[in-house]
Amino acid sequence: MRWLLLKDLQILRRSPLVVALLVLYPAVISTLIGFALSRGPDKPQVAFVNLVPKSAEQIELGGEQINVTRQAGPLFRAIEPVRVQTRREAIQKVEDGEVLGALVIPEDTTRKLQAGLEPATVEVFYNADDPVKANYVRDTIKSQVQDANNALTKRLAEAAAEYLDLIGTGGRFEIFGRELDVLGLERAEEILREAERELPKRSPAREQIEQVVRFARLARDNLDLSDAVLSSVGTPIAVKQTQLDGGATPLSSFAVAIAVTVSLMFITLLLAAGTLALEREENAFPRLVRGLVSRTSVLLEKAALAAVCSATVCLLMLAALGLFVDLNWERSPLWIAAVAAGALAFAAMGLAVGVVTKEVRAASLLCVMLSLPLAFLALVPSGSVSRPLFEVVRAISALFPFKPTLTALDTALDETGDIVAPLLHLLALFLAFGAVSRLALRRFAG
Amino acid sequence: MAADSAAAPPQGTAAPPTPAVLEARGLAKRYGDREALREVSLEARRGELVAVIGPNGAGKTTLLSILAGIQRPDAGEVNLSPREIGWVPQQAAVYGKLTVEENLRLFARLEKVPDPGASVERMLDLTGLRERAHDQVSELSGGNRQRVNIAVGLLGEQCVLLLDEPSAALDPRQRERVWEFVLSLADAGTTVVYSTHNIQEAERHAQRVLVLADGELIFTGSPRELEDVVERGASADVLAPGGTPADFEAAFVAFLRQRGH
Repeated sequence: MRWLLLKDLQILRRSPLVVALLVLYPAVISTLIGFALSRGPDKPQVAFVNLVPKSAEQIELGGEQINVTRQAGPLFRAIEPVRVQTRREAIQKVEDGEVLGALVIPEDTTRKLQAGLEPATVEVFYNADDPVKANYVRDTIKSQVQDANNALTKRLAEAAAEYLDLIGTGGRFEIFGRELDVLGLERAEEILREAERELPKRSPAREQIEQVVRFARLARDNLDLSDAVLSSVGTPIAVKQTQLDGGATPLSSFAVAIAVTVSLMFITLLLAAGTLALEREENAFPRLVRGLVSRTSVLLEKAALAAVCSATVCLLMLAALGLFVDLNWERSPLWIAAVAAGALAFAAMGLAVGVVTKEVRAASLLCVMLSLPLAFLALVPSGSVSRPLFEVVRAISALFPFKPTLTALDTALDETGDIVAPLLHLLALFLAFGAVSRLALRRFAG
Repeated sequence: MAADSAAAPPQGTAAPPTPAVLEARGLAKRYGDREALREVSLEARRGELVAVIGPNGAGKTTLLSILAGIQRPDAGEVNLSPREIGWVPQQAAVYGKLTVEENLRLFARLEKVPDPGASVERMLDLTGLRERAHDQVSELSGGNRQRVNIAVGLLGEQCVLLLDEPSAALDPRQRERVWEFVLSLADAGTTVVYSTHNIQEAERHAQRVLVLADGELIFTGSPRELEDVVERGASADVLAPGGTPADFEAAFVAFLRQRGH
């Protein structure tokens, strides 16, 4: 078997295009993914004009001065602002294609915010030549304006709550530079109680004072709820996120797992199927199996070659991706186990493809045609299709090594999840595809 | 139908026949409803050149594949195991990306030849390919590739060599070189059984021909004996003015016609 293995390595060495593909493919994939994960998306250039006069940039809420212009800070972290002086200039830049959109803060913004009688309106202009970019600009600005709205609403609610608290419990309050002492319902009730005690027992005024006291208590009790009510008005819909299932894999780790699994699948399938098909294309297979090597040995040799080569390349790819993504190197033994098990299962599947084809080209084509739908199916998330269809997709994915390899690798890269089950699944697929290949070899290759 | 056979020894030989090296008895093979071989028996002696001829689909390749151990017969047996028989398939079964020497060395190792290096050297000399030893097989001409193919079949130094259409797709010059090589092997004592479509090749090189038709062995004997059989039973239209068939090919065609094929 080792002479066959050496022969195949020798043939690979003399096939620079194939080797280049096998080496370059994961290298390019890992580099692309590495860059994609290490760099955020480019900020869209947006023309920005603030027409609010300097003198009117501040509004007063609850006795506190708020600079509205500073509320734009988060927005500027999401876009790259191109500052212009006028509304017309901003629109012109969008029309000329110099920027993707324009954001105009009208001069009456702070006045309207201060008055609170009508909403302040900001203007957004964007170019829809490129629907994707237009959508991105629209969503980014909309999201940031919504954030600013939320912040202001919250601040307004807090100010209102402070006023109500003052009415309920009383205290000191500053207005127009003068400090006032507000009595408050609580203290008013105490004063009325004292006054009631000093009245004669049969005085008709007692009943009237008692009514005022009950009103003051009722009003104070209800004002105690005002904080919660205002809070709910300021944030009508709050989101509480609870994860029910699945691991806590960071997106970057999952992307690495997908990249490595896709590379492992392509390299292993192509190598296993290609080298087996080559034996038949060169007419050497009958010569080999008439006493020189057993059919099982031929299959094992091809599987070993494909699995070792692809696992080596993919582990190097993982190491390269580690330069871009924070990977837990202490879990590297689990990476090796996941990659090795996946490589073996893919190799056995590649043998099944190689057995039914007589030429390397046909084997390669069949591998590609099988790989893409399998990867696609394995990545279909639950809920994106109907339940019965998803069950069918899941069953099909379970019959091929992509999904269990992805699960094993994802688990190996991450801290959570059970890796034993996907590894056993891969072992079962290796044995099953191996048996199918051996039977098919007798049927198709004589 | 029983095969015609000649009791006379091959042309030009007066010595008593040597014991058979290769013997096959009652070989039968069926592909679905079609009988590819029906009760075929044959034997070949040391140094003998035996040609298997017949029309397309007669069962020539099936017969050689069974003798070589590539296929298992449904019935019958062969006295030698596959490892005792050298086999040269119709299409070169060597690796195009490997050099001539690397191919020979690989198969010598797989054959577990005691001294692979010496075997390779011997085959390079025997095939006259020493100057091309380091060329990749894919760069060789069809004739040279076939010589490598034959050399690989000889690496195990078996006493019987099976060749399936050894000169198919070769030009006349290449064909001549291949036959020089094969004849030298037979002279050295190797028993050679070959199938061919080229009737002249059978007449020219074989000491004995086996005629297969529809999986049945219908003649075994020398080319001259086949012509005699035809002469005895032929109508005038297949005979030349002298009362003999125009040539061996005409005799072969007439023979098939006489036998209803």
